[in-house]
Amino acid sequence: MAPAPPATAPAAPGVQLDGLIRRRGERLVLREITLELPAGGTLALLGPNGAGKSTLLRVLAGLLRPSRGRCRVLGHELPRERHAVRGRVGYLAHEPMLYRDLTVRENLVHRARLLRAPIGQVDELLAATGLQRRASFPVAALSRGLTQRTAAAATLLADPELLLLDEPLANLDPVAAEQLGALLDARPFGVARTRVIAGHDPDAALAEADLVLGLKDGAVALLAAPAAITDAEIGALYR
Amino acid sequence: MSAASAGWGADVRTLLTLEWRRERRAPQVLPTMLLFSVGAFVLFRFGLQDGSIDGTLAAGVLLVTTLLAALLGIGRLWSAEEEEGGLDAFRLTPASAAALVAAKALALWSFLVVLHLVAVPAFAFLLLSSSLDAGELLRFAGIMLLLDLGIAAAGTLVGAIAAAARSRELLVPLLAVPLLIPVIAVASQAVSPLLEQHGGSVEGRWWLVLALYDGVFLLVGWAVSDGIVED
Repeated sequence: MAPAPPATAPAAPGVQLDGLIRRRGERLVLREITLELPAGGTLALLGPNGAGKSTLLRVLAGLLRPSRGRCRVLGHELPRERHAVRGRVGYLAHEPMLYRDLTVRENLVHRARLLRAPIGQVDELLAATGLQRRASFPVAALSRGLTQRTAAAATLLADPELLLLDEPLANLDPVAAEQLGALLDARPFGVARTRVIAGHDPDAALAEADLVLGLKDGAVALLAAPAAITDAEIGALYR
Repeated sequence: MSAASAGWGADVRTLLTLEWRRERRAPQVLPTMLLFSVGAFVLFRFGLQDGSIDGTLAAGVLLVTTLLAALLGIGRLWSAEEEEGGLDAFRLTPASAAALVAAKALALWSFLVVLHLVAVPAFAFLLLSSSLDAGELLRFAGIMLLLDLGIAAAGTLVGAIAAAARSRELLVPLLAVPLLIPVIAVASQAVSPLLEQHGGSVEGRWWLVLALYDGVFLLVGWAVSDGIVED
């Protein structure tokens, strides 16, 4: 990664939600979520399919408006101040958000230009994600695992302060998962990076999170530090 | 030039380059529009009584074909943004929504200009009974450039609105045709004297109306770009 100037840890919380509600038509997809994640902290999102994890990540990314309640990201109110966080939030979604007909490098260079990231970062991330040999391949020709690595590289281009990761290691072989996991964990110059990670692996979530949020039908079923969570509570979340 | 406007210009260039690169890599819009236009001219060639037209009828055939071909381009203009997540990726960057809308409009405009560079000679060869001198050709090109800009400005808005809908293929013609009828009608009035057997001149008011139409839709596009891209 290109050297970035060391910065002091920001005072504002990384993520602050207060009574957040998101509707899809008549249905409540997120119900009254309230939490605070300090800057530099990691929040693990757990819950069965359809619990609202991806919706919450999209709200935090500024891609969906909250229907009610407050959502502050990196100290800025969303959606009103969404322009202040653009380029500072990296979102690795289920869908890779890549142009299929363009090559891996073309996708990354295009994204780097819009993110105002140094183009040199592209080569460094290609190397870090093991994609150098496939840089000239169209994304349409890549396997799901390689596409996921390309999407991860695109997410990290601007060295975001907040990383939103939706099952980041899905589709990856063990070596690639370890490589990408280390890259997503990396905190250059000791500067804390706030992370929100959605997944289905409770053990991994408990190991790396500072705070765990369990969602069930869009409502908070569990919100605690990992040390305070029991196996029974995790089990109940998925029943 | 301020840093903000330089950044805006660079974003438009980046996004326009993407449009052309994607079209070069996997041609969709241009071949479809070209094939449709030339196919329509061939049909008219055999469908019309003596296969040779001029004046108002020639203007009508050329511009209605342009309108229908443009609908194909408008329908595909925002497809990658919706289908491949390009819009979400864009919304995570600091680039302005107006830059994206401007790049889309410029892309559609350039596709229409390329379409006319090929389709108009085909039209002249297959159907046109009159010929244009250099001055008439210049005026004709000017009208077509203004027409294409109007179609691109209005079409970009329609394409963006339709892209989020499930029945995009139905919505594009439903929204675009009523919006584009005025510009097609004005352009037809403007070019028909040029396509007469003995030539003619374009009335000044048609230039003005075309420029006004373009200006209004460019302004509307700029004003609503944030709403289109964000919501």
